[in-house]
Amino acid sequence: MIEAKSLTRRYGPLLAVDRISFTVEPGTVLGFLGPNGAGKSTTMKMLTGFLPPTEGTAVIFGHDIITDSLAARRIMGYLPEGAPLYGELTVAQFLDFTARARGLRGRQAERAIAGSVDRLTLGEVLPQTIETLSKGFKRRVGLAQAILHDPRVLVLDEPTDGLDPNQKHQVRQLIRDMAEDRIVIISTHILEEVDALCNRAMIIASGRLLADDTPQGLLRRSRYNGAVTLAVDDAQVVASKLSELPEAAEVEIRRGRLTVFPSGRGNLFDAINRRLTEHQIRIDEIQLEGGRLDEVFRSITMEEAA
Amino acid sequence: MSQQFSGNLGTVLRRELASYFATPVAYVFILIFLIMAAAFTFYLGGFFEREIADLEPFFRFHPWLYLFLVPAIGMRLWAEERKYGTIELLLTLPITATEAVIAKFLAAWLFIGLALVLTFPIWITVNMLGDPDNGVILAAYIGSWFMAGGFLAISACLSALTRNQVVAFILAVVVCFLFLLSGLPMVLDPFRAILPQPMLDAIANLSFLVHFSSISRGVIDLRDVLYFALVIGFWLIANRIVLEIKKAS
Repeated sequence: MIEAKSLTRRYGPLLAVDRISFTVEPGTVLGFLGPNGAGKSTTMKMLTGFLPPTEGTAVIFGHDIITDSLAARRIMGYLPEGAPLYGELTVAQFLDFTARARGLRGRQAERAIAGSVDRLTLGEVLPQTIETLSKGFKRRVGLAQAILHDPRVLVLDEPTDGLDPNQKHQVRQLIRDMAEDRIVIISTHILEEVDALCNRAMIIASGRLLADDTPQGLLRRSRYNGAVTLAVDDAQVVASKLSELPEAAEVEIRRGRLTVFPSGRGNLFDAINRRLTEHQIRIDEIQLEGGRLDEVFRSITMEEAA
Repeated sequence: MSQQFSGNLGTVLRRELASYFATPVAYVFILIFLIMAAAFTFYLGGFFEREIADLEPFFRFHPWLYLFLVPAIGMRLWAEERKYGTIELLLTLPITATEAVIAKFLAAWLFIGLALVLTFPIWITVNMLGDPDNGVILAAYIGSWFMAGGFLAISACLSALTRNQVVAFILAVVVCFLFLLSGLPMVLDPFRAILPQPMLDAIANLSFLVHFSSISRGVIDLRDVLYFALVIGFWLIANRIVLEIKKAS
C-alpha cells in the first residue's frame, strides 16, 4: 500500500507540488493525468526517493520514504521521464549493473535478468550498445531495469511517450500484465491511455490534486455522459423536434451532427428512438456517448486556472 | 565497512570503469598521459643530461600534468549523469548518495592509478641505467597518486555543480590551479592587504606544490600524505552536499 501524506515540493519560490495526499492499494493501475508542468514528475520523484519532499511524506508498504528510504527504494521500480540509460554500456552490462545494485548476485541475478529480458523480448539486442538501439528498444531496456527485481511498486513516468502505436500497444500490454497484485503508477498526458490502462485516475494541475476517481467516474462527470449524437440529413429540423422531449436538456449542432444532452429525466436514448420512429426520420448514424475524457480534463484543469 | 556498503561501492565502481573502457576516453587519456609524462621528463626535465639515477625529473612535472588531465577525467563524473538524466536512475537505486560519490571517485582514482602504473617503462629505464633508490621511487609514486586524488576530488565536486562538462572542466582547472599555486605571490598578493599573516601562512600551506615538492624528492612525510587525504575528504563531503542541493534543478 502507498500512503502519500501532504506531499509538498518547492523549487525556490515555485510551488511544484501542493499537499498531495492519497492511498493506493495493490492491484491498482493509477494514472497521473495533467498538463505539462503540473507536478506529475515531481510527485513521482518524491515517491521514488530521488527528491526529498519539502513537507509531508509517503509510506510505501510500511517504509517511510524519508526515514526508511533505502527499504522503500528496494521494493520500487522506476522508469524516469525520457527513460535515461547509460548509453555507452551494452544492454547486458546495464542489466547486470541494475541487478547488482538491487542486491542480486549469481544465479539469482541471472534469473532476474533472464526473466526481464524474456518479458521485454530483448534477447537479440543483449550484446548491443544501448545508444545504438532504436527508441522502442531503449524504452524496453528502461522498463526491463524497472521490473528486474520484481518490485511491488512500479513507477513509470510517461512510459509510452514518443513511441509508435505498435510500441505503445506493447508497453501497455506489459503494464497490464504487471498490474496484478502490484501497484503501478503511470503518468501521462495521453487521455486514451488512462481509459485503456488505469483503474484509477488522478488529475493534477498546478501541483494540486483536482480529481481522484476511476476513469468511468471521470467520464460520468462529462456533460457528454449519456448524450446521444446523431447524423441526419436535416439537422435543424430534427433538432427542433428533439428539443421538445422532456428527457432532453439541450441540443447542439456541430458539423452536421446533432448532439442531444440528457436532462436527467428518463431514458434519453429510448425517447429519441421513439420520436424518430414517430416522425419517420431517417438517420445515418446514432451513438450513445459514454463521456469525453478530454472535455472533463479541460473543464477540471481550466476551472483551476480561472 | 559493512558488506552492503562495499557491495554497493563495488557495483557502482564496476559500472564506472566499464563506461571508461567502453568509450575512447580511457585509451585517449592513458595515451596522452604517457606521451606527456615522457615528453616532460626527457625534454623539460633533462632526464639524461642530469646523469643522476632517479625519477625526480619525472615526478617534478606531475602537478602540471594533472592540472589539465585530471579535470578532464573528473568533469564527466556528475555533469554527464545530470545531462542525460541517469542520475535519477542511479540515486533511486537502493544505493546511498554517499556510496555513489565515493564509488565514482574511487573508479576515476583507480583509473588514474592505472595510467600512473603504466609509466613503469621509465622505472625500468632508470634501473637499467643506474642504481636508484627504489623505495624513494615507490614513495613518490604513492605521493603522486594521492595528489592526483586531490585534483580529482576537486574536479568531481565541481562537476556536480553543472550539467555542462566544459563548464565543469574550466571551473576545475581554475580551482586546481589556485590550490596548486596557493604558496606563490600570484595567489597570495590579493589577500595580503586584508588577511593577517597567520592566515596567509595557512593559505600558503594549502599549496599542492609545497606538499608535493618534498614527496617528489622522495621525502615521504606522513603529514604530506595526510594533507592530500584531507583534501580528498573535504572535497568529497562538499561533493555530497552539492549533489543534494543541485540534483533537483
